[in-house]
Amino acid sequence: MSVLIEGLFNGISIGSVLLIAALGLAIVFGLMGVINLAHGELMMLGAYTTFVVQDVFKPLGEPWFSFYIIVAIPVAFIITAIAGLILEKGVIRFLYGRPLETLLATWGVSLILRQFVRSVDWLLVIGIAVFCLFFFGGMTILKRRPDWGRIRNLVIAVLLPISLGLAVITGFFLNKIPVLTKAWFSARNVDVTAPAWLRGGLKIFGFQMPYARLFIIVLTIVCLLGVYWFLNRSTWGLKIRAVTQNREMSSCLGIPTATVDALTFALGSGLAGVAGCAVSLLGSVGPNTGQSYIVDTFMVVVVGGVGNLLGTIVAALGIGILNYLIGSGTLALMFSSTESLKPLVDVLLFFATSSMAKVMVFVLIISFLQIKPAGLFPQKGRTAEL
Amino acid sequence: MSNLGRRKFLLYGSAGLATSMLLKSCASNDTASTTDSETDDATPVADTGGDGIKVGILHSLSGTMAISETTVVDAEMLAIDEINAVGGVLGKQIIPVKEDGASDWPTFAEKATKLIDQDKVVTIFGCWTSASRKAVLPVFESKQHMLWYPVQYEGQECSNNVFYTGATPNQQIEPAVDWLLENKGKDFFLVGSDYVFPRTANNIIKEQLKAKGGNTVGEDYLPLGDTEVTAIITKIRAALPDGGVIFNSLNGDSNVSFFKQMQGAGLDPDKYPVMSVSIAEEEVRTIGQEYLQGHYAAWNYFQTVESPQNDQFVAAFKAKYGEDRVTNDPMEAAYIMVYLWKQAVEAAGTTDIEAVRKAAVGQEFDAPEGKVKMFPNHHISKTVRIGQVRDDGLFDIVSSTDGPVAPLPWNQYVPDTKGYACDWTDPAKGGKYKVEAT
Repeated sequence: MSVLIEGLFNGISIGSVLLIAALGLAIVFGLMGVINLAHGELMMLGAYTTFVVQDVFKPLGEPWFSFYIIVAIPVAFIITAIAGLILEKGVIRFLYGRPLETLLATWGVSLILRQFVRSVDWLLVIGIAVFCLFFFGGMTILKRRPDWGRIRNLVIAVLLPISLGLAVITGFFLNKIPVLTKAWFSARNVDVTAPAWLRGGLKIFGFQMPYARLFIIVLTIVCLLGVYWFLNRSTWGLKIRAVTQNREMSSCLGIPTATVDALTFALGSGLAGVAGCAVSLLGSVGPNTGQSYIVDTFMVVVVGGVGNLLGTIVAALGIGILNYLIGSGTLALMFSSTESLKPLVDVLLFFATSSMAKVMVFVLIISFLQIKPAGLFPQKGRTAEL
Repeated sequence: MSNLGRRKFLLYGSAGLATSMLLKSCASNDTASTTDSETDDATPVADTGGDGIKVGILHSLSGTMAISETTVVDAEMLAIDEINAVGGVLGKQIIPVKEDGASDWPTFAEKATKLIDQDKVVTIFGCWTSASRKAVLPVFESKQHMLWYPVQYEGQECSNNVFYTGATPNQQIEPAVDWLLENKGKDFFLVGSDYVFPRTANNIIKEQLKAKGGNTVGEDYLPLGDTEVTAIITKIRAALPDGGVIFNSLNGDSNVSFFKQMQGAGLDPDKYPVMSVSIAEEEVRTIGQEYLQGHYAAWNYFQTVESPQNDQFVAAFKAKYGEDRVTNDPMEAAYIMVYLWKQAVEAAGTTDIEAVRKAAVGQEFDAPEGKVKMFPNHHISKTVRIGQVRDDGLFDIVSSTDGPVAPLPWNQYVPDTKGYACDWTDPAKGGKYKVEAT
């Protein structure tokens, strides 16, 4: 009995980590069809936000420090949502309907974001700020001119080198100040420490449920309910669903599709930030944090069926439980009492290590996708693109 | 029409961002070169007629391994600066030529070739991972050049062209297992990342436990960089219901998840002490000492070693790189290998590679960890210490061998290499010969 409950709890807790990481992607990839390879890096941004919030709360001392994580979640959501918005406005919106280009562009973005957290310091931020101030500031001012359409290219050609030059000159002069050139995070991993109340565990049935895991399960449920409510009960959710189902028709009916796209992408990114905050309780926080999750999240969304939240939930929990049962050897233990299943038990024992369990799960997923290529809950009817 | 403009805007925008990144990297290169020229100022090259001795420094300055390898570069630069400040080697200044292996093994081989052929360096200090060392080995062997390698590794290698100043398994893993058997219990669970070092190390441990009456109750490997350790924790609890020893050779990020989730699952260091072989002072800081306190690590050097040499080393390091920096085992090994090379050059009276190679064997040095000596098998004798993580993130040294332990590159617990040794001073013996039973 206790083995069963422990297995179920551990499986669900692995599944909930997968689910919270995949939730944002389920919206971005599932609803919008954007292959966002920078999803993991948005999670990483969320994790770094958690680190920054933790450091802000540290001098306040107890009892304030214990609750930094509560503050970190919404802050991470907002920061990554803004990052997502910039990403959508700057890159993605030019690439809708061109999945290969999106794939390459977002991969590039993920590399840039990783290098950004490694080398970000005040100098870089000031340089970018100076560039943006002159370039976008100049553009905004000159946009008021009546002959804007004609001089546009000329303005860009002039403003770009000027603002770049100014940014470089500023950087050159400030280069000698050590406070400005000290990297904020550096390539080193940073240490996010869970508050004391999340570090222990709840003892029942002879094993301990870690509070951090319980917290993530609760957080996942809250996020799911929030997303469900937003998509199905709010006006914007209605618009998002309308645009996903039929873009042209929605546009004809006066729905601002561009705004809806930006909003959807920002929502998905924000959820990635929350996921980053959650996984910082379990694992390391470094520039490469996102890389360990990106494959798993795509796997969950593909298995669940594109464009279906329920599918994502079932797939995440299924993969989590399966992974745990195979990896921990529980599955082999369950069949070991029956003599006739001996060969099966031997096979399962062979796969009962963490690295081999992954192999087994991938094999199962590939064979599953051979039978049902569109995932667990494929789209049906006229809206289906396949 | 406006669509075209937008695309152009995108083009310009991304070009702008890319350029600012590029400029940023140039800016940081500027700072790096400033520090270099500062050291040059402190130790005028002109005094020796501008005739310096070029040595190569080949580590990953970018990529995944950069975090660890840059600290080793810092230690090597400290040793070179110290030597230059007191007059250099043979009256000449040492000029370090840095190359970036970029955490990419073919790049390591390429850069090693460049340092040897183009820069004509007299020796190279470099590498961290076994994979990078294996990648450059053919280069050094074909060119009969010399590499100094500062990191603890799995052994089972002995090249005439490499000097190893990190620990072999019998100078780190085996004493750690002995200590655990004596003080912590006989039941071991082995956890490691899924690549060559943990697999070899765990094979050695299993053989050793078999020979000394311990039990391996289970072992598990996590793919490199994986962070999901729930299944491993369940297995540990099932295999060791009443507590026992966990021997950990996980690498990198997986350690963070492992210790965070161990604590969450209630496996505390009193019942489940973890002995780690890849967690040093630097790693404690990134994992968080809250999670590690009370667990153990086996190394040859800890920052808390009490000796005048170490006090001086730590003080010099902090003075050069900042008060908040810590020193650790690979850094110390990197620091002493520069000194050992310098002594060998002085003993040989020339920088000629063959002469230095002969002179290096037998060199002794009062290192921060204690006395070390270069053996004929090109490894050095080292003192072995067990440390326990304390609340300031440094280690309490709970056990230490009486004197330096002699290095054994070919492992004596693994059947394939049992009875073999290595001696480069005797041409008849070479890299791997059978020891006559006496």
